[in-house]
Amino acid sequence: MTVICLVEHDGNDTIDASLRALSFGRALAESSRDPLAAVLVGEVADRTFETLASFGVSEAFAVESGEFGSYAPVGWARALVELARSAPTTAVIAAGTDRGNEVMAHVGAMTGLAMVANCLSASRSEEAAIRLSRQRWGGSLIEDAVVEVSPALLTVAFDGVAPEPAPAPASIEVHVHLPSLSGSDTEVKVSEWTQRSTGISLAEARVVIGGGRGVGSPEAFGSIEELAGLLGAAVGVSRAVTSAGWRSHNQQVGQTGTRIAPELYLACGISGATQHLAGCQSAKHVVAINTDPEAPIISRADYAVIGDLNLIVPALVKAIRERGSPAAEL
Amino acid sequence: MNVLVCIKRIPMVGGKIVLTPDAQQVDTRMLGFTLSPHEECAVEEAVRIVELRGGAVSVLTLGPPDAAEQLRDAAALGAQRLILLETDGREWGPIATADAIVEAVRRDEQAGHGYDIILFGNEAADTGDYQVGIRVAHALSRPCVTGVKHLEIADTALRAGREFRGGDEFFELSLPAVVAVKEGINLPRYPSLPGRMRAKKAVIEQSAPEWHEDPVRKQALRVPVTERQKAEILGTGIEAVPALVGLLEQLGIVA
Repeated sequence: MTVICLVEHDGNDTIDASLRALSFGRALAESSRDPLAAVLVGEVADRTFETLASFGVSEAFAVESGEFGSYAPVGWARALVELARSAPTTAVIAAGTDRGNEVMAHVGAMTGLAMVANCLSASRSEEAAIRLSRQRWGGSLIEDAVVEVSPALLTVAFDGVAPEPAPAPASIEVHVHLPSLSGSDTEVKVSEWTQRSTGISLAEARVVIGGGRGVGSPEAFGSIEELAGLLGAAVGVSRAVTSAGWRSHNQQVGQTGTRIAPELYLACGISGATQHLAGCQSAKHVVAINTDPEAPIISRADYAVIGDLNLIVPALVKAIRERGSPAAEL
Repeated sequence: MNVLVCIKRIPMVGGKIVLTPDAQQVDTRMLGFTLSPHEECAVEEAVRIVELRGGAVSVLTLGPPDAAEQLRDAAALGAQRLILLETDGREWGPIATADAIVEAVRRDEQAGHGYDIILFGNEAADTGDYQVGIRVAHALSRPCVTGVKHLEIADTALRAGREFRGGDEFFELSLPAVVAVKEGINLPRYPSLPGRMRAKKAVIEQSAPEWHEDPVRKQALRVPVTERQKAEILGTGIEAVPALVGLLEQLGIVA
């Protein structure tokens, strides 16, 4: 039996979410004494194979990309189905990214197998069944479940699993796989890609300054913007703010917006609805500024200041300016 | 152009989720209900498509009789036909849900009411299974794209965009097609008063599909353990600013 993991890469190296999926996959493979195999689509850089070996991958399948000039979800799924059928397979895994969830759902639809999204852990010991835990409500709840069908199709919650290299690197064997595709397998594919220039990316920012309903109006975001500029931070907002049309949705932090993982999240005037907390649970430090000491955000923050953000944030900006010391070196 | 939107009734959880004593469900006794945020945007998108190109918006939900409330909410936003696939309180997994939707779509098609576009929310807010739309698309042999935050409809095709690694990627699909959208694709309107009046009187077409068990068996739900306890209060009002600056310094945010 094998555990197969779809690995996304950017042509240079493996993406972070896939490293987390590999760590999850290795734990499952160890519990069922299976080898861990990786599947990659497109031109793969040598360094990527080194990374895979360091994460315990002993076999890699490089799917020839002739017909995959660009991402084609059904084509990727077809290649995974072929590889899963070519040898007994315990589980097929992917990162819980847009692409990972999409491809695995196609695999589920093509095979009739169950697909379980955003898993946190999985193991298979003596029994045939896989025991797993997965996120519900964007990670606000966890479900423990059992799946008895084989192979299990699983995606991995990238904000709930740490990327951990294997204790010792595996020796890796690389195979080229030529999928047999029909025309309809590549009918849906990426036809165009455009780069956006938005400055600091919310998902990757080291510091995020959050503004909620407590900011009061679209105009009142000025001081939050100013603080963010001063600290080299990104601005994030709550769903209440985007629903009111005060700010664009691509600044929304939460279950249906962007998931952030900064060193510091300074949440100003945000009460802390479940939907919002699901998006900032990976922040290392959370500091809340809120008028209500009983707001849910206070019980999820490390530090809090009780008071009106529209007085405190401008005062903070002034204090930092007076120190004459802008953002620390990154 | 006929558009079908598939929605799900979910509890409106506030700041904290409480479980039932047997840890099988969210305790909803004190909660109101709504539709998943992505789906509210799917309804809005469908209404906009029909406003531009003519046709009708149908909204379908699989759920308990009370899910009629969410169908009426969708009608208040502008949906014309309301379809309830009624369940008896048991939970439906994504495979059974997709099967029931496919059956309903085929039934409508046979009655001469085919759909050019079937819209889903990208994932339900509660279960987050990310797959019902794709399963429906495969069963109906239609092209499908998910995670969509930008949609343009032409006569025989659509163009869909979504975020990918700091940029946007675009797909072109021929119609009929299945699209799963994300919140942010639009800003849903508030229901108008006439819309709400219409919704009250709207007829709901009902049927009861057959339940089958999901291969993934739930054991229990639990609230994740977080290391964070109640926050340390740095102070009140602007007097707390020096402490706040000290903290930023300690965290290495300001030099």
